[in-house]
Amino acid sequence: MEDLKDAVLKYVSEEYLEEGSDPITYDTPLISGGIVDSFSMVSLKRFLENRYKISIPDGDATPEAFDSVNKIVVLVKRFVS
Amino acid sequence: MAYSDKVRALYQDQLKAIQDAGIFKMERYIHSPQAADIDVEFPAGSSLKKVINMCANNYLGLSSHPDVVKAAHEGLDSRGYGMSSVRFICGTQDIHRELEDRLTKFLGTEATILFPSCMDANAGVFEAVLTKDDVMISDRLVHASLIDGIRLCSAMHDTFKHSDMAHLESKLQLHADKRLKLVITDGVFSMDGDTAKLDEMVALCEKYEALLLVDDSHSSGFIGKTGRGTHEKCGVMGKIDLITTTFGKALGGASGGCVSGRKELVEMCRQRARPYLFSNTIAPVVVAGVLKVLDILSLTTERRDKLEKNAAYWRKGLTEAGFVLREGDTPIVPVMLFNAKLSQDFSRALYDEGVYAIGFFFPVVPQGQARIRTQISAAHEIHHLDKALEAFTKVGGKFNILGKTKQEIIDMYGM
Repeated sequence: MEDLKDAVLKYVSEEYLEEGSDPITYDTPLISGGIVDSFSMVSLKRFLENRYKISIPDGDATPEAFDSVNKIVVLVKRFVS
Repeated sequence: MAYSDKVRALYQDQLKAIQDAGIFKMERYIHSPQAADIDVEFPAGSSLKKVINMCANNYLGLSSHPDVVKAAHEGLDSRGYGMSSVRFICGTQDIHRELEDRLTKFLGTEATILFPSCMDANAGVFEAVLTKDDVMISDRLVHASLIDGIRLCSAMHDTFKHSDMAHLESKLQLHADKRLKLVITDGVFSMDGDTAKLDEMVALCEKYEALLLVDDSHSSGFIGKTGRGTHEKCGVMGKIDLITTTFGKALGGASGGCVSGRKELVEMCRQRARPYLFSNTIAPVVVAGVLKVLDILSLTTERRDKLEKNAAYWRKGLTEAGFVLREGDTPIVPVMLFNAKLSQDFSRALYDEGVYAIGFFFPVVPQGQARIRTQISAAHEIHHLDKALEAFTKVGGKFNILGKTKQEIIDMYGM
């Protein structure tokens, strides 16, 4: 799933990082680190659903589950058949 | 007693944390009408000081205009002080209807509904017109009142990077399956003073069949050739589906606001918007004042023309003095200092020189983008601006930031 990891990393970097920000890693805290706010989780969830043809129930789309690229990969893997 | 020592200590600790973080807000007491020259008591208990006001939203200088004050007196005499009712029970007078009609004409829309404030208009509009099947896509720098209104709405919410039209388009594509898409922006952004690209946004909304809402609170009355707002400036009059705006800034500066736009959407607000349904509307005295403001603005563009000239003069003076400014062409001119403490020290030093201007820092503006936000008024005369420029230059020299780049200022003071 390296493609998935890199795709999520690229999306988050382009979507949320301000110009001149330090690059993020697979383990950088996204929500608890203030990079992605709770509003913006929506577009990340929709990006994953559209790209990987999955449906993530709202109950599973928690701030904890979206808190790093690695955690997002774990979440997506659960729903990719 | 429910308010125990433990509970009191909890709040005392929270307040101390705010103070320790250096973000505790202190009010300055003004002992005169709102104007270019004001008498201020600061800190509390100190003797009055006459200062030039460079931070009011009194863009057109109408807050204490004698004709507006006279009209307000007449409104008070003819329609009384209060309504003691919400609109739909027995709280609507003929002058409320008249003001709604006049605003519709002034803004070039189909219909208008008054709210107690624009904060209330923004709190009520989204839930009134959208459902959970819809999506709201807002600029990341919209005003806090829009964010609160968005939070109160069951529709999905997403954001686009500030004024980034390519990013907005990608979001419109991402949410193509939604029943309704509502794009949300400020007309003029309050902290940066830049104007939304409404012409491009209208084109995108037409392409993707999205609705567009603009909060024109920092525009109504003075942006555009006849002061109608950013939709006039951008050549898209009649193409904005929802405009929210305030009477608490250029339009007399007292209080009140409205939602103006497509008649069905406005009617939905009349049926469903909770701040409209469950709160008294604007008092008759304020309605009478705003009606007079619209009379004045309909007769002449003299005040917005003067404001435009004043703002250009001020921006040019600060640039020549060597300050780092946010680019723009509105009366909001932010002087960038980047460091939070510097912004507070700078503001205090300006006050000592007879200029009242406030420093803003995180979380009001992004981290590392602290600034003094200056706001120009048609009430300012050139001598006010010259004196304020002199004070800014003196204080800028004291802190050694004149002619310095952003990086040089950050190197000296930090982010």
